[in-house]
Amino acid sequence: MNKKRMVTHALLAAVAAGFLMELVVTRSTAQDMQSKEQVVRISASTFEFKPSEITLKKGVPVTLEFISQDHHHGFRLPEFHLQADIPPGVVQKVRFVPDKTGKFAFFCDVFCGDGHEDMSGILTVIE
Amino acid sequence: MTDLINRRDILKLAGMGGAVFVTGTTVRAGWISQKSNDSFYFVQLSDTHWGFSGTNINPDSQGTLKKAVAAVNGLDEQPDFVVFTGDLTQTTDDRKVRRDRMAEFRDIVSQLKVKTVRFMPGEHDASLDRGEAYQEFFGDLHYTFDHKGIHFIALDNVSDPTAAVGEKQLQWLQADLKQIRNDARVVLLTHRPLFDLAPEWDWATRDGAAVIDTLLQHANMTVLYGHIHQEHHHMTGHIAHHAAKSLMWALPEPGSVPKKAQIPWNPSEPYKGLGFRNIEEQVVTGRYKIEEFPVQGGK
Repeated sequence: MNKKRMVTHALLAAVAAGFLMELVVTRSTAQDMQSKEQVVRISASTFEFKPSEITLKKGVPVTLEFISQDHHHGFRLPEFHLQADIPPGVVQKVRFVPDKTGKFAFFCDVFCGDGHEDMSGILTVIE
Repeated sequence: MTDLINRRDILKLAGMGGAVFVTGTTVRAGWISQKSNDSFYFVQLSDTHWGFSGTNINPDSQGTLKKAVAAVNGLDEQPDFVVFTGDLTQTTDDRKVRRDRMAEFRDIVSQLKVKTVRFMPGEHDASLDRGEAYQEFFGDLHYTFDHKGIHFIALDNVSDPTAAVGEKQLQWLQADLKQIRNDARVVLLTHRPLFDLAPEWDWATRDGAAVIDTLLQHANMTVLYGHIHQEHHHMTGHIAHHAAKSLMWALPEPGSVPKKAQIPWNPSEPYKGLGFRNIEEQVVTGRYKIEEFPVQGGK
């Protein structure tokens, strides 16, 4: 192997190593994010969400899993432009990444009875 | 052409003997056309919530509707018709109780001298059974009628519990409006606000924007609605939206408090937050002049 070919091989090896390293880092970041992703299970029933107070970390993906215990309910979180219908017997998943801190009201937006207007909760997003 | 609403009638409604009140809307409509020169007014009552009980909210919950009926009957000049824009009854999960309340409500309002009474559902009447009981007692959930040159549309945004008008009804609305001229006088009656007044308080219609887009194609469109238990006026383009007060309890102004809640009864100011309003159509301009009248008296 002449000198020129050796240099070329060395360069290719370096590029490949860099690429592999980048792949590893990317995969590792995705895995970290995956492991950090929160899942919050929320029960909806007349006329409350359980839990009704949820705390999340800004920038960490979350999946809210809703299940209705009785009627058709709804979930609306206007500040994050999120809405989901929660029919009985179906796990409804809402995934998002909180991108701002603060306290945000969410509520049932499907009329479910006399206490419908009290069916609400607070989402708190912290740094 | 005299097109002023009969002030004596309004004042009579507002202060009958200091013991009677009525809330709602009296609408005076009139117009000049080549073929006719006519005028009329009608009364809008809303959110009667028959069946509600809560002495701290309205200790006269059993008497308010009956007094309103008596007050309307006491008008010197009877309206051409009366319209109830939803939440006739207080919601209940019990099918029998729901029907009992509707039957009682129907019996009470049958005492109106005016024989043309139009009904519309509110979410309390129709959301839990998609309007099944309501239709048994009061008929169609959405419909149209014409009265002395004005086209009225009753639009249902409550029997779907998601507070949507729905694609099918939207198509029906579009087809109906295609049959009339773009400059025809149209009054659209509905229960919820069609615009996003306060979605976090359930004061919105999920597909209201699509409805408004349709309505905007008509130059003389006015929307009357209920649901929010207070006077409110809002413009979407050239369309005016006017909310009526309730005959059972008042609610705070949108966004004025962190959480929506019924305003408690104040014995020192009975019926505070309830009132009477008159919408008068200005014949020349085609606009509505709105006057508010305070509720008088108490128990």
